[in-house]
Amino acid sequence: MRLDHLTALHAAAAARRPVAYATRLTDGAAYILPDLAAPNSPPDSPPDSPLGLLATEAAAMLAAGRTGVVTIADEPWFIESRTPSPRAFIIGAVHIAQTLAPLAVSMGFDVVVIDPRRTFAAPDRFPGIALRTDWPDEALDALNPDRATAIITLTHDPKLDDPGLIRALASDAFYIGALGSRKTHAARLERLTASGISTAAQARICAPVGLDIGAVTAPEIALSIIGQIVAARRGKLAKS
Amino acid sequence: MNDSEDILSIALDWHKAGEQVAIATVTSTWGSSPRRPGSRMAITASGRMAGSVSGGCIEGAVAEAAGRSIATGLPQLLDFGVTDERAWEVGLACGGKISVFVEKLVADAPA
Repeated sequence: MRLDHLTALHAAAAARRPVAYATRLTDGAAYILPDLAAPNSPPDSPPDSPLGLLATEAAAMLAAGRTGVVTIADEPWFIESRTPSPRAFIIGAVHIAQTLAPLAVSMGFDVVVIDPRRTFAAPDRFPGIALRTDWPDEALDALNPDRATAIITLTHDPKLDDPGLIRALASDAFYIGALGSRKTHAARLERLTASGISTAAQARICAPVGLDIGAVTAPEIALSIIGQIVAARRGKLAKS
Repeated sequence: MNDSEDILSIALDWHKAGEQVAIATVTSTWGSSPRRPGSRMAITASGRMAGSVSGGCIEGAVAEAAGRSIATGLPQLLDFGVTDERAWEVGLACGGKISVFVEKLVADAPA
């Protein structure tokens, strides 16, 4: 692997830009696709040339998020789809978040904890975790959640949770979870209805949040939430 | 950051620190291999290792191959599987087959 490729892959990941990385298994020759402007991409190749075929195949695999070996012009290529890392935005720098944030990091998520209350969103409570102290709706607008994003509200305070949930429901987030009992959630749904959120949209919210593992303590609840997020990401979420 | 990205960052850090680095990438798996294609491991000539390409059963053989790629500059495609005696030797008895591409991290385009 070439050092300049490694830095380019790193830059693409930092910019959340999906790229395919194609390596010829016979000799290690490699291309980053698609980016014809980048110096390491194949030159403009006729579509039926080996590099043209490679670019077409790489684009199809990237679109499907597939990684594997394909044969192009009788040569084996390893094509790796490098899609943006999943993100988890946690609204509420509460006790549960103190376990949930590092758990999400260990599952490969880029994590941001959002809480305008600075005594909660204090760096010494969340070592190594990105913190934001703007309002949840403003924070989500800035962070621009996509379909690789999970959003969890934990504050128990409608002033903070509701604007966050409303913004979350306007996004393609693959997971939206809200802490609170069935009673709390019923009251929440009434408020969301009053804010003009449809029943169909409301059904995207996982609440009460987390898998039913009988969680009692804050770390146990965090575990049930991360379990549910992983299930959603892997297409195994059975909603209650 | 996903784990393979993390391993590439570690490889870059090691290179910057003056280490000779090889990168191993799982390219194909069959059966019960625990690591998916794209899983990576970084290995240095000095013996440092990060990441994994299996559940731990073939890392030793891959590290050995990494040493050869660092020495020769040539990439290698390694196959491990239950039909391969070498696989039993390295302990891939879990019933899977796995291909791993091993290459040196180089500053310039290969000639």
